[in-house]
Amino acid sequence: MNMEARVASEDQLVRLLQVGVVLEEVFEARAEQHYRDLSERDRETVGNEVVALLTEAREESAEHRRRLEALIDDLDAETIAFDRIQTLVAEQYGETKPDDFDGLLYDQLHSEESAYKFYDDLLEGIENSDAEFGVSRERLLETLEAIREEEAEGVERVTRLMEQE
Amino acid sequence: MNTQDRYLRAVYLIQVATNEPAGTGAIADRLDVSPASANEMVGKLEADGLADHEKYKGVTLTDAGIERARKTVETYCIIERFLFSVLDLEAYNEEARQLEGVIDVTVAERLDTIIDRRPECPDCFDAEADQCAFLGAEADD
Repeated sequence: MNMEARVASEDQLVRLLQVGVVLEEVFEARAEQHYRDLSERDRETVGNEVVALLTEAREESAEHRRRLEALIDDLDAETIAFDRIQTLVAEQYGETKPDDFDGLLYDQLHSEESAYKFYDDLLEGIENSDAEFGVSRERLLETLEAIREEEAEGVERVTRLMEQE
Repeated sequence: MNTQDRYLRAVYLIQVATNEPAGTGAIADRLDVSPASANEMVGKLEADGLADHEKYKGVTLTDAGIERARKTVETYCIIERFLFSVLDLEAYNEEARQLEGVIDVTVAERLDTIIDRRPECPDCFDAEADQCAFLGAEADD
């Protein structure tokens, strides 16, 4: 077991939930940038499934963010505004954007995989902790487990698409 | 970051600061663990081809060990800079230490897409202050 993987306090939990919000905002904003980056012709070439992937990835990230924000709100803490992260993503996108269509799918896969890893580690950190939190442990774990499950499905979906290409 | 990576980073930073092999006592001090634990983990690093341990001299990382250690320093720098510039935290250094065990390298790479990290990273890491030298100066401004 990782000796540090433990959420030791409510403050630390809040901070990690805020990191989760930012991650979801990054995924949402990057998927939006990828979509914009595809020209009209590209969108016809790559097919509906890729366009649907980007659209649904944005919607899913927005939904995950809302669920995390509900927890943060119940812990009397503040979230991180989406427009701020959207601006940061746009500012850095030129330097970090995928070179081609394969790169775009790889970037989506990286987002889904890192999200899965984040929630998996966070869940382990909560399970390893005896700390009391201002939200019920049951609700916290249920929410995060459901999001992790959806991220796992996302990884499978992108992998399938990459195999078809 | 897992336990092995924490040790790799500690050995690397001691080597960088002293330009000498890292003694197991210094490693134990840096990580606030017992010398016996440090010895045990050094043995594992050696078995995995990440370090060479010479009795009475100390531990030297192999090329593979250095490469991985530098990645862990980079990951830590990303977390620090993210906490400072995106979450606007004054205690970014302390919080980075608390969070690094729960934030994986793949997650840090995503956070890296919204921060403006120095091209010198991780060479600009101040081993003694245990933080990015530039970030320390920026925070003081």
